Amino acid sequence: MTTRFLAVLAAFLLCAVPASAQDGGGGLDATINQIFADYTSWYVALIFADLPGTNFSWIALWLVVAALIFTGYFGFIQVKGFLHSIRLVKGDYSDPNDAGEVSHFQALATALSGTVGLGNIAGVAVAVGIGGPGATFWMIIAGLFGMATKFTECTLGVKYRNEYPDGTVSGGPMYYMTKGFKERGLPAGPIMAVLFCIFTILGALGGGNMFQANQAHAQLAGVLGDYPGWITGVALAVVTFAVIAGGLKSIARVTEKIVPFMGVFYVIVSIIILIVNYDEILWAFGQIFQGAFTGLGVAGGFTGALIQGFRRAAFSNEAGIGSAAIAHSAVRTKEPVTEGYVALLEPFIDTVVICTMTALVIVITGVLNVDPETGLYVWNAEAGRISTEGEVQGVELTSAAYARVLPWFPALLAIAVVLFAFSTMLSWSYYGLKAWTYIFGEGKVKELIFKTIFCLFIIIGAAASLGPVIDFSDAMLFSMAVVNVIALYFLMPIVRGELDDYVRRLRSGEIKKFS
Amino acid sequence: MPEKFVVGYDGSPAGRRALDFAVSNAKAQGAGLVIAHVLEWSPYSFLTKEEVEERHVRRKEELQRAEKHVISPVREKLDATGLEIETVIRYGHSAEMLLSIAKDAGATQIIVGRDGNGGLAARMFGSTAGSLVQITTLPCTIVP
Repeated sequence: MTTRFLAVLAAFLLCAVPASAQDGGGGLDATINQIFADYTSWYVALIFADLPGTNFSWIALWLVVAALIFTGYFGFIQVKGFLHSIRLVKGDYSDPNDAGEVSHFQALATALSGTVGLGNIAGVAVAVGIGGPGATFWMIIAGLFGMATKFTECTLGVKYRNEYPDGTVSGGPMYYMTKGFKERGLPAGPIMAVLFCIFTILGALGGGNMFQANQAHAQLAGVLGDYPGWITGVALAVVTFAVIAGGLKSIARVTEKIVPFMGVFYVIVSIIILIVNYDEILWAFGQIFQGAFTGLGVAGGFTGALIQGFRRAAFSNEAGIGSAAIAHSAVRTKEPVTEGYVALLEPFIDTVVICTMTALVIVITGVLNVDPETGLYVWNAEAGRISTEGEVQGVELTSAAYARVLPWFPALLAIAVVLFAFSTMLSWSYYGLKAWTYIFGEGKVKELIFKTIFCLFIIIGAAASLGPVIDFSDAMLFSMAVVNVIALYFLMPIVRGELDDYVRRLRSGEIKKFS
Repeated sequence: MPEKFVVGYDGSPAGRRALDFAVSNAKAQGAGLVIAHVLEWSPYSFLTKEEVEERHVRRKEELQRAEKHVISPVREKLDATGLEIETVIRYGHSAEMLLSIAKDAGATQIIVGRDGNGGLAARMFGSTAGSLVQITTLPCTIVP
């Protein structure tokens, strides 16, 4: 059955692609791009609309206010609970008799493999390219406060998951929206759940898929020389389809094992580059702080840096989006709050550590062009971003920055990018599928339809140019956040109750430390 | 107090040799026997999202399979010997878990088999017997 679909898909791709590609080099890419932009631009404009009378988009404010409220409501849980989170991950509180179940470390690693990826490499470059070094500052701030948001949503994800007789579990915002709202006697839970699922499906196709395919292609084309995007798209689509629909689980397992090492390696290489340029680290931090409040000649100035920083942080660590709640809800744990504690480390590792590394390297290596007279960055008005060496952006900019110190790095980064993209795609195919089955119900054929659509979007993503794709990806992820954060506001007293109860038992010694 | 031996048993030929050795010694010394089956598991390995979701069910299945195919047959076979026998199934690092089981049970000796493969894999990753020798705080017998 699955092999047949695989064959049909392959046949479809082989027939469809060359036929339309005959109208000239890049014809298909341009067509896909145009159609894509035509259909999505109105929605993108709505999501990123500025607050009346300002140039500050309401959605950035939405997420920041949420993060601030959760931070305040839970009394700076990301600071107070930080050490406890680390102890949980180390397994200090794990009952040895539960060995063999998913550990907190594994839950964290699995969730991280979905978020650590292109957001950290390409997304940061986009943010710094448009918003200047100052965007980094706001990205770190958004990451630190986002930890509280993640704590809230992941606690709820575990608390309101569905457990089935066969022992499997399904959870996520759609479940806390229905069950949590019902428990509190609130209306509209089921409607919000469906809305959230629709956005999740589209977000899975956008940020979790097209953006990844797009940047994977950009990096490959940068290393191998330019070639049409659909080739990368078809290759990625076929492999992804083989894994998610064809049951080639071993590929997923191998990816899941390599990706964490890639992540660690990326951080080590970044640190090496920083050490090599140690005398400029202070200067780079200076640029970041100064840029955060002045813009350093970047067109958007202070707000430009702020918005870019917040946007990319949300895109990278997914706090408030609701995806992490889906990932964490599958973990068996007696205390939902412990999953929240573990999850709050994700924005820290993802944004505060890894994204900052990328940003520092980009700033330190000087790939952003500076006007020697004024000391300000040279603004490329046509492209709407800071002028860079070779006028590159996104992942290519990161690549160029690392190549300044390590000339062999782009090739390695290409491998890392493809792997990161692939692992993020697998994660999002999982989130998307959970949302899909929530709406349409479970069943082999229904699931296969989603998986096929998912793979087709990989091709579109690889073929389209960055602008429309990145805007659409962001718009969908932020739409998820709109619905999810509303639900979190209504349900946060429940999390508070869980947290207070847990802390009380922790203090009284009822919750034992095992090592 | 009668002595107690912990024997690592996984159903393999090496495990069976260790068990036979343990049984004959226990008979001779009038000691009790703890038959321990450790399912290799690291809380620090990486899992895919599907594996996380299915883990609880898999664990149940693995425990049932271990009970049915590894532990039960041995218990039945040894019932006739009249020895005092306990059985344990645990998840963890084989050598560390055997030692921890032995300490918990108040055992005086650990007995494990060795499959005799001195290949590259054993050199790189070590064997249960090898690591046990490194970490044990109790007398330990390795049955070749």
